[in-house]
Amino acid sequence: MTVPSTLDAQFRDAAAAAGLVDVAYDLLDTPIGTLLVAAGEAGLCRISFDPEPEREVESLARLLGTRVLRVSRPVDDARRQLDEYFDGKRQRFELRTDLRALAEFNRVVLAELERVPYGSTATYGQLAARVDHPRAARAVGTVMNRNPIPIVLPCHRVIGSNGKLVGYGGGLERKERLLRLEGALL
Amino acid sequence: MDAVPPFERFYEQHRDEVFGFLVKRLGRERAEDAFQETFMRALRAYPRLEHGRRLRAWVFTIAANIVMDEARRAKPRAEMPKDLVTHDGEPAYAELEHLAGDLPPKERAAVVLRYGYDLDYVDIGAALGSNEQAARQAASAGVRRLRGRLT
Repeated sequence: MTVPSTLDAQFRDAAAAAGLVDVAYDLLDTPIGTLLVAAGEAGLCRISFDPEPEREVESLARLLGTRVLRVSRPVDDARRQLDEYFDGKRQRFELRTDLRALAEFNRVVLAELERVPYGSTATYGQLAARVDHPRAARAVGTVMNRNPIPIVLPCHRVIGSNGKLVGYGGGLERKERLLRLEGALL
Repeated sequence: MDAVPPFERFYEQHRDEVFGFLVKRLGRERAEDAFQETFMRALRAYPRLEHGRRLRAWVFTIAANIVMDEARRAKPRAEMPKDLVTHDGEPAYAELEHLAGDLPPKERAAVVLRYGYDLDYVDIGAALGSNEQAARQAASAGVRRLRGRLT
């Protein structure tokens, strides 16, 4: 017998409200496709392009705790801010992020990345220099590639020193689209 | 292999069957509260699971306990049926659930899981933290005790 959807939603909401969920996630429809957005008590922990929910859920459970549940309320704030961003009405995200699962170097680089303003770009080398590892452009590239919270942590704003877009976890087309949205590309 | 699966997967796998079980036992309306309670209890206990084996039996044990609590609340002992209806020589679960309330916990759980939900003894053993043989013994001791009371 199928559980009525209202009862299912009621349980999910109650579970989150009781603080019994390690990671809450939901799927968001955006102009650049469906995103999986996940958050725990400590903040936003993942945004994935073209998500395969089953795999994402497994990986979130391994990193942050087995009580992973699809429930929208804990990610509502992120959803609203992302909607505003895609509507061109928001330039800065005001969301807590949880990067505990990352190595120290990645956290430092991502913290620096957050300072690259809306509508502008930085090169991998510049970002490396800003974290006092001027020769680590390639390592910075790897950190960008593994950025667990793209868009909010704006790795799309980091490009090659020759002005080429180079690469993007969500595909170059999306990188270009985001930079255009921000007015960083004509 | 035996890792505890993400709760979402566990929940998706068992929610419909658990809901069906609860509706059959409690009726549609009370089943909804019991459903929520079952999975809230499961969620609370989930971090303490050491492996992902026999989770179906585990969640049915939780659900069966909630059904028994509900039944006891809804129907005081004085109104218990005097006769135990039997199917194929085995007691019918509806009456069993009321009567089994006073059995020792292991026997009660074994009787309800066996006759109330038709789990096999391997699953019941796992749910009780013992084994197939112990589950079989607990269930038959429980049934003997119930029959003894009724004669």
